Amino acid sequence: MSISVQEADFDTGAEIDTLGAGGAIGAVVSFVGLMRDMRGDTAIRAMTLEHYPGMTEKALASIERQARSRWDVQRVRIIHRIGRLMPEDRIVLVAVASKHRGEAFAACQFIMDYLKTDAPFWKKEETAEGGHWVEARSSDDDARRRWNDEAKPNG
Amino acid sequence: MIRILFFARVREEVGQARLEMPLPAGITTLGTLRDHLAAQGEGWSYLSRCPNLRTALNQELAPPETPLREGDEVAFFPPVTGG
Repeated sequence: MSISVQEADFDTGAEIDTLGAGGAIGAVVSFVGLMRDMRGDTAIRAMTLEHYPGMTEKALASIERQARSRWDVQRVRIIHRIGRLMPEDRIVLVAVASKHRGEAFAACQFIMDYLKTDAPFWKKEETAEGGHWVEARSSDDDARRRWNDEAKPNG
Repeated sequence: MIRILFFARVREEVGQARLEMPLPAGITTLGTLRDHLAAQGEGWSYLSRCPNLRTALNQELAPPETPLREGDEVAFFPPVTGG
């Protein structure tokens, strides 16, 4: 289990290499979330990510446990940045290593979908008109719910 | 005593990030604590106006009917937007 909540940037390539090391791993699937410079027609200058220290780490560990209970995955790496970020900055990394690709693809998407609705992070964007909190999207709830409607894949 | 934490827009509206107080008389659940705080005036009313306000007890999401005990850590915050 390897979960980090940090202000610092991360090295995507190095993280993926670490996850794949050792010979038993056949697949590493990774997702990197980046900061966009627009929301609709509004230019975003910067963003601040707030979180709930303590609960954040517990929520991410719980999501990882749920993923491991559904799929046979060897390693999971979750990094989520906090603090002030600029457009193009990396926000989040989820990487999953497994023997075969099916498990890693599914577990990676599952972890991201659950992180979006269950991990206590909040984004505040800075625009020319001032700062505003990003609203939660119902499509994120739908993406999470989908996993409860689906039978466990065979991998 | 109980510890109460506020995050994101809820923190800004109520004007503080944390609060420690004795469990008020008659307050037995997360929901009744929210109503009690929301009646304190000014920005506190945001606790009743925030769409889909989330509540956590001891760092886990918990519904309003969850019972409160001495020493608990409670948190109020908007729906999350990480990732």
